[in-house]
Amino acid sequence: MNLETEYLGLSLKNPLVPSASPLSNEVDRVKEMEDAGASAVVMYSLFEEQINRENQALDHILTRSSEGHAEALSYFPDPGVYHNLHAEDYLAHIQILKNTVDIPVIASLNGVSKGGWMSYAEKMEQAGADALELNIYYIAADPSLSSEEVEQQYLHDIKTVKQNIRIPIAVKLAPYFSSFANMAVQLEKAGADGLVLFNRFYQPDIDLENLEVKPSLELSSSFEKRLPLRWIAMLRPHLSGSLAATTGIHTAEDVVKMILAGADVTMMASVLIREGIETLQNILDGIAEFMEDKGYESISEMKGAMSSASVADPGAFERANYIKTLQGFNPDDIR
Amino acid sequence: MSNKQLTIDANQAAAYVAHNLSEIVAIYPITPASPMGEWADEWSMRGQKNIWGTIPDVVELQSEGGAAGTMHGALQTGALTSTFTASQGLLLMLPNLYKIAGELTPAVVHVASRTVATHALSIFGDHSDSMTARLTGMGMLSSNSVQEAMDIAMIAHAATLESRIPFVHFFDGFRTSHEVQKIQQIPTDVMAEMIDDQWIIDHRNRALTPDDPVLRGTAQNPDVFFQARETVNSYYNHCPSIVQKTMDTFADLTGREYQLFQYHGPEDAERVIILMGSGAETAHETVDRLNSDGEKVGLVKVRLFRPFSMTHLIQSLPESVSGIAVMDRTKEPGSPGEPLYNDVLASLYENQIENWKPFESNPKVINGRYGLSSKEFTPSMVKRIFDELEENKPKNHFTIGIHDDITHTSLKVEENGLKTDADRFEGLFYGLGSDGTVSANKNSIKIIGDNTDNYAQGYFVYDSKKSGATTVSHLRFGPKPIHSAYLIDKADFVACHQSQFLDRLDMLDNAREGATFLLNAPYGRDEVWDNLPEKVQQQIIDKNLDFYSIDAYKVARKNGMGTRINTVMQTCFFAISNILPREKAILLIKEGIRKAYGSKGEKVLQSNYAAVDNSIENLHHIEVPKKVTSNIEMRPAVPAEAPDYVQKVIGEIIAGNGDDLPVSAFEPDGTFPTGTTKWEKRNIAQEIPVLDPDICIQCGKCALVCPHAVIRMKAFDGDLAADAPELFKYMDARGREWPDNTKVSVQVSPEDCTGCELCVEVCPVKDRQQVGRKALNMEAVQPLLEQEIENWNFFVGLPEYDRSEIKQETVKGSQFLEPLFEFSGACAGCGETPYIKLITQLYGDRMVIANATGCSSIYGGNLPATPYTTNADGYGPAWSNSLFEDNAEFGLGFRLTIDKQEAQARELLQSMGDDIDPGLKDDILNADQTTEPGIFEQRIRVARLKKQLESSVHKNAKLLLSIADYLVRKSVWIFGGDGWAYDIGYGGLDHVLASGRDVNILVMDTEVYSNTGGQCSKATPLGAVAKFAASGKRTSKKDLGLMSVSTGNAYVARIALGSNDRQTMKAIMEAERYPGPSIIIAYSHCIAHGYDMKYGLNQQKLAVDSGYWPLFRFDPLKMDAGENPFQLDSKAPKISLEEYAYNEMRYLMLSKSKPGAAKKLMKRAQKEVNERWKVYEQMVSVYEPNGSTDKK
Repeated sequence: MNLETEYLGLSLKNPLVPSASPLSNEVDRVKEMEDAGASAVVMYSLFEEQINRENQALDHILTRSSEGHAEALSYFPDPGVYHNLHAEDYLAHIQILKNTVDIPVIASLNGVSKGGWMSYAEKMEQAGADALELNIYYIAADPSLSSEEVEQQYLHDIKTVKQNIRIPIAVKLAPYFSSFANMAVQLEKAGADGLVLFNRFYQPDIDLENLEVKPSLELSSSFEKRLPLRWIAMLRPHLSGSLAATTGIHTAEDVVKMILAGADVTMMASVLIREGIETLQNILDGIAEFMEDKGYESISEMKGAMSSASVADPGAFERANYIKTLQGFNPDDIR
Repeated sequence: MSNKQLTIDANQAAAYVAHNLSEIVAIYPITPASPMGEWADEWSMRGQKNIWGTIPDVVELQSEGGAAGTMHGALQTGALTSTFTASQGLLLMLPNLYKIAGELTPAVVHVASRTVATHALSIFGDHSDSMTARLTGMGMLSSNSVQEAMDIAMIAHAATLESRIPFVHFFDGFRTSHEVQKIQQIPTDVMAEMIDDQWIIDHRNRALTPDDPVLRGTAQNPDVFFQARETVNSYYNHCPSIVQKTMDTFADLTGREYQLFQYHGPEDAERVIILMGSGAETAHETVDRLNSDGEKVGLVKVRLFRPFSMTHLIQSLPESVSGIAVMDRTKEPGSPGEPLYNDVLASLYENQIENWKPFESNPKVINGRYGLSSKEFTPSMVKRIFDELEENKPKNHFTIGIHDDITHTSLKVEENGLKTDADRFEGLFYGLGSDGTVSANKNSIKIIGDNTDNYAQGYFVYDSKKSGATTVSHLRFGPKPIHSAYLIDKADFVACHQSQFLDRLDMLDNAREGATFLLNAPYGRDEVWDNLPEKVQQQIIDKNLDFYSIDAYKVARKNGMGTRINTVMQTCFFAISNILPREKAILLIKEGIRKAYGSKGEKVLQSNYAAVDNSIENLHHIEVPKKVTSNIEMRPAVPAEAPDYVQKVIGEIIAGNGDDLPVSAFEPDGTFPTGTTKWEKRNIAQEIPVLDPDICIQCGKCALVCPHAVIRMKAFDGDLAADAPELFKYMDARGREWPDNTKVSVQVSPEDCTGCELCVEVCPVKDRQQVGRKALNMEAVQPLLEQEIENWNFFVGLPEYDRSEIKQETVKGSQFLEPLFEFSGACAGCGETPYIKLITQLYGDRMVIANATGCSSIYGGNLPATPYTTNADGYGPAWSNSLFEDNAEFGLGFRLTIDKQEAQARELLQSMGDDIDPGLKDDILNADQTTEPGIFEQRIRVARLKKQLESSVHKNAKLLLSIADYLVRKSVWIFGGDGWAYDIGYGGLDHVLASGRDVNILVMDTEVYSNTGGQCSKATPLGAVAKFAASGKRTSKKDLGLMSVSTGNAYVARIALGSNDRQTMKAIMEAERYPGPSIIIAYSHCIAHGYDMKYGLNQQKLAVDSGYWPLFRFDPLKMDAGENPFQLDSKAPKISLEEYAYNEMRYLMLSKSKPGAAKKLMKRAQKEVNERWKVYEQMVSVYEPNGSTDKK
């Protein structure tokens, strides 16, 4: 039985890739992932916003109180070099991971602005990342910004990164586009070697006790996989690049469904956090069991077997509401 | 050998040599010497080696006494050892210096000379500390400038090894220690060449070692001590020639020549000044100028002060000298003259006998005192001294630089402000401590020093406030060496970085005719002129100033730099000063930015670069109209209604005219009135809290936490509101305890607020309609100012509510009490002052405070104004600061006196017979004063007693009258920080706790030496970064709480206002009531923790929630009552230590510089928190009356 798959041009021994999560902060955890069967790992995201804030905070705190009082020209010792600021930590971490595990290491970069963060893409490549996941994490809350401008910004960012690095790039994004299918095709044209569907945002909540807005990130539930499942199935026929499914993939069944819909790899984090990294092995066993049951020889054989191009009723993926119809009635079939 | 030029200050220069030539450096922080130790520590932390290739071990001790003891031990066991200190610190080292010198042990103590505290403390410079070392047998070398601080340090380190005489190397605190100059660095190969390895081997051979055991430190008896003491003579006799030889070798290697007594002037000079320290530089410059004007004057710079070589002194003087003025920068009351004068007199007298050098005439010699506590010493003063020498009968034992209208010692000086060097640029920059002005100027000096042939000098004057502090930078550049060790009084360039200074500081008085004036103001090009005060306009016109303006805050904000305008103003300075071509200057500024900020990330770098580029396009040259158009007046320093003394003394100091106050303005014993901060309206807040009375619940928390007592709560009879200003806010009093028609006002003093926002953060009330708003919200001060001043004045005028009708024991109730500590100079958002304020609300009318040196003594007692104040009846805290190390004992002394006087008063009262109403006598003697009403009733009785005593003819009546007030209970409080309580003062604290006497000790624990800039103390927590713990503190915080509990007879509490204010209240009240010693350890958030202080109370809460700061009270009285004395007031840890700690830069920094170490330390710290919590839980069960432990 052949579980191998290809993602972003990388040959992977199976379709299980732990997605960006705090688990990859620790080298030992990544080693455990490899041992448990992960075929590649996406590192935790390097947040441009965080880097800038940290640097500004450091500068502000260290300098605002200095040279203000005769007895205390400063309040902190100066270590001279802050060689381990977040970004450098990250790059160092890539190198350590590359030296520790044999599976491909996919770096993840989360940016919000033009220009600045692109330099990190190059640094990640230099640090040894096998591929780069651009995690475009942008909430278009500005009412003066048109959807077209937002889309152009995405495309511009991808083009820029693509021009500057040689390793493949995947784009992880949210489904909130007026025409996601069109956007997906354009992203591929702009240079994305693959798409990762979908990002989960920190969704703020309201704390009723203290009347405060609280950011929170809940672990995903299996149910949430329906959204990526649908889009992968619908987009598969229109895209030549890789597709990664993420969000709500918790079981072997979830993985199988995604591959049948057309995903090249499946990415998971919540289940690993909740049930432990060793779950990967169980999932792999489950996939093998399914394949054996259904007589599939390889993952490539399964891939896209139930995409919109392959199923009898592609409209099932596209319906916005449940429509109770006569058995077998399909208006498109009316001649 | 490379000749590298550096632009640095003398502290760095001396530390550079010491670090290169030491194996052990034992230190303790003290202003102005702290930076030397900090440099040494930082270099060792970064792995910098000494010239023999090993990294010196830099060790911080618990006091200078400890540092000296450690140095002594390290020397005795053969290490090359040095230390740095000043003032009181040097005094604490003296016993060891006698030992170190007595044992002929080579060592160097580098001293940034600072005033020794007498009638007052002063952090500034004079030789009163160094001069005490002359008794110890230490050699003494004086440096006059930054270059000399490096060179003479080198000479001291070499000469001590050869001569075996240990040295004190001293230079003037601040004037030299903090002056930045361009100097030549001594290459390490020169250092190596200066030191003969054999000297080091000899030193090591004398070391104590069991491999070749000897004994030192014997006790000797009358038979031999004397002879044995005389054995050292030959070493002292040879020492001067060794020092001169060392200086000669140094000159051969570097080209810089020094002599033991260095004469400067013509061979035929008639009048000569002899002095040492930075004043010699000013004298050098003045002598040159006077001689070029045809005078014949000279000076002798004393370099080797001990051993004092009379022959070298005499040889240095020109034969032609007929008049000598010996200038001492110290005062020794009661002596025949100051020390240098006595030495010179003795030398001249011995010369008459020995005839080392014949003088043409017998010179007359006079002695003068100058420059105490960094008092200016200017060329005009030097000239005045020479002029005095021309008098037939010159004044002796004179003072210069002050006006002595009591004993008339002073020489009157006319300041002429002449420019000494036409090629020289002189610039003055007025900024705020927080706006980066000084940093920018230090950077500019480096740019000019490093990139041009110009000599460069920078000196920086800071005020004594910790919030809203003003800084003045004095910059000089020029092609000739700069010897001007005094402030600039006429500048070619004046920059005002804060437009709000314009109507209170007369800075253009210091502008030369035709000078350039650069102003940062929030106005457009066309609005600037009309917003200037009338006087400023007049000065610009009269002096024909070249006027430029920029809105630097706008540029800074636009580039994400907040209120740091340093880069913007620096760019403008270079753009218009033409010291460097503009393009080159901009390149160099950017290079400087890269060096300063490069390590802090791309974003910071880019923001600064962008600010540079934006600055020039926003800089405007302002066309100066020919006529004054403004009617804005300069603000008086204090309001017209201030009392006479405040007007004449305090106000003058506030206005910057303190130098003009005569001797008669001051009490001879250092006494000052309290309650004067209320007259110093500082107006430093940009935003102030504004109350929404519709939703305020009158909880009092805002007033409780306000560090400056600017937000207050008062209850009053509604009828009084009839006269209130129209917009005065008040509410119906909430709660059943108030009579009908009682109103409550929560009012802010807009001119005293620092804008720290603690009150808004702590306010628990959210506007339900708009939850982002609270009952207090910050709003821009400007549109509210006039109205709120009127409201505040009305509020202050309302009578205080009857204390006996207030529930004082509640948080809310306590805030209706008048604070007797207000408007201090503490940092905005200070975590210490709310505790002090609260204690004064409760006990201010009956308390006397002993205050350890540190932040609390600076904001508590630094001139101009004093924050401790009185109530309407004239009662209030009496306060004093003795020293840093002795505060517990100092406070114990208060208690002993009070108890003794009370006992004597009782004895005398009993002796009075029928002269006093027997009923009154009994009532007084048997009064219950355990409660406030009891105390107040006693006060009334004692007032009656005093009336009766006044008319009594009993022989004891007068004596009793003098101490009758002691029959009213007094509360003794001992305030200090952790540096005092955990380190330098711990021995005394321990003893006072064991004394059983009724004192209350408040330890405001900021976990570092805050006042001297964040050095590590034993209160610093494991894993936090502090100076001298730059790699994170590796040992745990000392548990002073549990240690104090172990005394068994002291009341002990650990509190954190931000976590549990009710527990804070309880602890303070229980401590005060406890009839023995009490100690309260109070979590005090601090600027040295590294976060926005408005979150200080949140951090306190997290500290407690994480279990890092368990709250507890230990009350021995409860044992007697059969109750558990150990009350744990906080709950088991519910968040991780990280969740608390990593909000603070002191912890976070380590994860940026040494992530591996940070992780390990944090893990250990967490483990420790968990374990300590268990110990605390066990303490509860240990003390459980029916617990498992048997307590007998």
